[in-house]
Amino acid sequence: MITDRSVPIVTHIKGAAMQVTLRIMRFDPEKDKKPVMKSYKAEVEPTDRVLDALNYVKWYEDGTLAYRRSCAHGICGSDAVIINGVNRLACKTLIQDVGKTITIEPLAGFKVLKDLIVDFEPFFEQYRSVLPYLINNDPKPIKERLQSPEDREKFDDTTKCILCASCTTSCPIYWANPDYVGPSAIVNAHRFIFDSRDQAAAERLDILNTRSGVWRCRTIFNCTEACPREIEVTRAIEDVKRAILYGES
Amino acid sequence: MYRGREGMWSWVLHRVAGVGIFIFLVAHIVDTSFVGWSADLYNHTVALYRSSIGRIGEIILIGAVLLHAFNGLRIITIDFVPKATRIQRQLFYVVVIVFLAVFIPGAYYLARAMF
Repeated sequence: MITDRSVPIVTHIKGAAMQVTLRIMRFDPEKDKKPVMKSYKAEVEPTDRVLDALNYVKWYEDGTLAYRRSCAHGICGSDAVIINGVNRLACKTLIQDVGKTITIEPLAGFKVLKDLIVDFEPFFEQYRSVLPYLINNDPKPIKERLQSPEDREKFDDTTKCILCASCTTSCPIYWANPDYVGPSAIVNAHRFIFDSRDQAAAERLDILNTRSGVWRCRTIFNCTEACPREIEVTRAIEDVKRAILYGES
Repeated sequence: MYRGREGMWSWVLHRVAGVGIFIFLVAHIVDTSFVGWSADLYNHTVALYRSSIGRIGEIILIGAVLLHAFNGLRIITIDFVPKATRIQRQLFYVVVIVFLAVFIPGAYYLARAMF
């Protein structure tokens, strides 16, 4: 007999604590002309995540449901979806926080490939466009490149990005103009622009000081609200705007 | 529809007010230019502004200008004061309170002229 109460409750099995209704936006490119909303029942614990409910549907109700997930612990950034009208990671959102009727839709602003799976390629292209890697042409030091805690602090917040696209796809400007580089790419540019070890800040600021760059941001703050890593996205964007304006980094 | 919070709604209001003000400005430039064509036409247009519908339009215009102006100051603050992004939601409520404090007496004054 198991007496250890630290043993986790086994979920996604029939007969669990509560029943929730999942309204999932389905789209099969081979059959559907446009996405359709379908309802499913799932048996879950209040402390389960929305991802567990999706797994329940896929494993017990409808195996054709398509969605991305990988680590299931809020690090890989695979399972960002719209949950009850806001961008959330399905693996970080508890059932008890979203109620008994849960509406799940694919991220807005990207092409839907199937059900909850969207095409991330334009997103990664924009990410690559801001040179998101260390550029330093000095001779390699014998040990690591040292940095003061104060200098490290300048970009600490933006190191946390997991590229889940929650911010970019919550931005009304991005929905209307997919050429906008988007909050996520700016966050990842910020991470190197303000890194004292990097030497390509001016180049990145030039890239972001264009029509589709940082000036598209209208400080709507949806990105900051959506970030599952609690990055102050709008603040990072404003930092970059001021760096361009004042010629600093 | 995406369930954005104060930041999104302030942007929606700002944009709607801005487009509304722009449309009024275009109309106003056109109706003012009438004075160069015909005094009667100009007088007729100005009389339209003094009708009840014109007065209601004026109240809406005042509201749009005030909202756009006060929220514009909020946006400028967010743009130039680094820590203002953390209090953007509170700043929005300040905008709403200041807007109501100025708009309600202004709208009352304009509405009184209708009766």
